[in-house]
Amino acid sequence: MSVDGSCSVRINGEHRRVPGTTTLAEMINSLGLDPHRVAVERNLEIVPRSTFESVCVEDGDDYEIVHFVGGG
Amino acid sequence: MNAPQSLTADGWTVAGRTFSSRLIVGTGKYKSLQENAAAVAASGAEIVTVAVRRVNISDPSQPRLTDFIDPAKVTYLPNTAGCFTADEAIRTLRLAREAGGWNLVKLEVLGEARTLYPDMRETLKATATLVAEGFEPMVYCVDDPIAAKQLEEAGAVAIMPLGAPIGSGLGIQNRVTIRLIVEGASVPVLVDAGVGTASDAAVAMELGCDGVLMNTAIAEAKNPVLMAKAMKAAVEAGRMSYLAGRMQKRMYADPSSPLAGLI
Repeated sequence: MSVDGSCSVRINGEHRRVPGTTTLAEMINSLGLDPHRVAVERNLEIVPRSTFESVCVEDGDDYEIVHFVGGG
Repeated sequence: MNAPQSLTADGWTVAGRTFSSRLIVGTGKYKSLQENAAAVAASGAEIVTVAVRRVNISDPSQPRLTDFIDPAKVTYLPNTAGCFTADEAIRTLRLAREAGGWNLVKLEVLGEARTLYPDMRETLKATATLVAEGFEPMVYCVDDPIAAKQLEEAGAVAIMPLGAPIGSGLGIQNRVTIRLIVEGASVPVLVDAGVGTASDAAVAMELGCDGVLMNTAIAEAKNPVLMAKAMKAAVEAGRMSYLAGRMQKRMYADPSSPLAGLI
C-alpha cells in the first residue's frame, strides 16, 4: 500500500490504482462495468458474484475480468 | 421406427434440457452484432456458442453481445475455443460458469494452430475434471468411435466430432466414422465444425446426428441471414430424411413407371 492509502492492482494485465477500502463491486462499477455481466478471477481464484459487495481490494491483487463475446 | 409427424414433436435433450431446434450456431466472425443477431434469429437456433474474453477496461462502452442476443431467450453455450491445454480450458469455464450461472458448457481443447484438431489427451483430462466440478460438458472431439466412448464414460453430456477442420467449410469428410459414433453413443452426437453449405448440414443429419454446430458457414456467407435460413431448412430436411429412412441404393436403373400395359 502507498502513502496515500491507495492499492496498486493489475486488471486484465493493466496496472491501476484504486482507493484503499474499495470493494470489488465498487472497483467494477468504477471501470464502467456491470457487475452482473462479468466474472472475476482474483489471484487465479474465482470470486463468487455474491461476494463482490463484501470483498475488498488488496494491494498487489491481480484481476481478470471477463465477459461473453462472440465466438465459435 | 416411430417417426414423429411434426418437427415440433421431435425435440432432443441434452443434460436434461430439451430443445426443438437441432442447429447450434456460433457468434464469431460476423461483420456486426446486428447481423449476428439477425442470423441467429433466421437460423431458429435455441443455443449459441460464445467465447469468454477479457473486458476492454479502456473502453467499457463498446457494444456487448448480450445487448443483441438475449441470454434469457437463447441459451449461451460458453466455449473454450483458443485453449490448448486442459488447465486453460478449465480456468475459462470456471469463469464462464460464474459469468453465466449455468453448468452446460462446450469443451474444446486444441492440439495445434494449423489444423485446430482436438488434443484428445487434454480433452479427456479436462472432461473428467469438469464433470467432477459439476459441469455438464458438451465435448468437441476427433471422429474416433473409441475416443467418443471414452468421453462418454468420463461424463460428457454430448459428443461433438468434427466433420472437417474448424472454419474449413470442406463438408462432412468422414461419414463412416460419424455414423459409427452415432451408433455407439448413448448421449447426443452433434457434428461440430466442417460444414460449409446447407447440403453438408443435411448430410450430418442424415447420418443420424442429433444436431449440427456451425459458425463460419453462416458468418462468412455473402448473405449470412439467408444462409442461416438455408441451414435451418437443411437441418430439418436432413432430420426428416433420416427419420423417413432412405431407399436402398441399386447398382443399375429401376423404372418408376410400370412395365405392364406398355403400348
